[in-house]
Amino acid sequence: MKPPKFSYLRPNDLAEALDLLAEYGEDAKIMSGGQSLIPLLNMRLSTPRYIIDIGRVKELHGIKEEEDAIVIGGMTRHVDVEKSELIKEKCPLLTEGIRWVGHTQIRSRGTIGGSIAHADPSAELPCILTALRGEIVVASKEDEFTLTPEEFFLSYLLTSLEPDQLIKGIRFPKLNKNSGYAFEEVARRHGDFALVEVAAVINLDKDGKVAEAQIALGGANAVPFVPLETEEFLIGKEPNETILKEAATLQLEDLDPEGDIHGSKEYRRYLTGVLLQRALHTAVKRAREGVVV
Amino acid sequence: MKETLVKVTINGKEVAKEIESRWLLSDFLRDNLGLTGTHVGCEHGVCGACTVLINGEPVRSCLMLAVQADGCQVETVESLARADGSFNHIQQAFANNHALQCGFCTPGFLMSLKSFMENNPTLPTDEEIREAISGNLCRCTGYSNIIKAVKEAYALNC
Repeated sequence: MKPPKFSYLRPNDLAEALDLLAEYGEDAKIMSGGQSLIPLLNMRLSTPRYIIDIGRVKELHGIKEEEDAIVIGGMTRHVDVEKSELIKEKCPLLTEGIRWVGHTQIRSRGTIGGSIAHADPSAELPCILTALRGEIVVASKEDEFTLTPEEFFLSYLLTSLEPDQLIKGIRFPKLNKNSGYAFEEVARRHGDFALVEVAAVINLDKDGKVAEAQIALGGANAVPFVPLETEEFLIGKEPNETILKEAATLQLEDLDPEGDIHGSKEYRRYLTGVLLQRALHTAVKRAREGVVV
Repeated sequence: MKETLVKVTINGKEVAKEIESRWLLSDFLRDNLGLTGTHVGCEHGVCGACTVLINGEPVRSCLMLAVQADGCQVETVESLARADGSFNHIQQAFANNHALQCGFCTPGFLMSLKSFMENNPTLPTDEEIREAISGNLCRCTGYSNIIKAVKEAYALNC
């Protein structure tokens, strides 16, 4: 298996990359780390005329702190996020979840922007970004704007990114005080694609009741699923085990996972409920440990 | 199709070649430079047999274009043996513990472990060793002897 022929373009800065996209976007694929694109090329599932390698675009590298969020450049590698002390302190859900992305050999090349743009519904980063209510910063030659995960992820491997646009960065909101987080996943082998996964953030008020619940379920639907009724159900309640158990199974009927040799539809649904209960339990526990009265 | 100049340092030696941009790093190493120690298994990033080090970090060379390695330091399994041709500590531990049978996957294991041992200088737990080799598949020996070999490699490296 070898990639098909293509013309290789390697811009040195963002302006040049956006110029190339404006000119060739319709026939081009952006290559960041290549960890999803190169298999697609090798298997000839994708045969772009142009590959625009954004590896040298300096503006797309790096991790920056803003007042309420950590902004990660699209070309920043998984391993850099995994090892970032800033992210561990301000956005620990990301540190916990990113260890589930592929294996070491993948994380040393794969990028944050690449994972989001690939939009695999069982990938970890789209699920985490959705739970955190983060934003995707999109740039084109004309414009720069942000999209919510709901606006960005359309279906399996499909996003609202236009051919002349690229992901400049991703905004991951910081964890608030009195909040706890958890990431749970079951894969056949650590590093393989998730069967299902859950990311959750729970914020407690001064009486220990749920003030805010942010949940995303991955691998079950075509895009990361936000169980809104479950979140609303939790708000204002004392999060004891009975309540968390009830919350975890409230919306399993809304999930539509595809069954395959590794797990039937019913099994994946059931598993999501188990993982959600675990995630809620851990998030509440962590929120309590961090509560400042 | 236009060719692209690639300048890389491979096992300490500088190499500059004009190549077709679609060449995978794995094929560039094997077919263009004759470094056939890097094995190509699945060619889509699952088996880990083609693992090499790029600037000291483990990477699947079948998931990287050779042109992307421009300006990088590349280390392959050929760099492991000592100057006199004898095995290094990881290779010796693999030989001592029957950590390979057909040997196809071995170059990938060795390169993943080289990086892992450099980043984790003290003896890891079995669980950590399992995690470290989880990106490499072995289809004949099984993993128990590989884990034994890793522990011995730590002892030999003291």
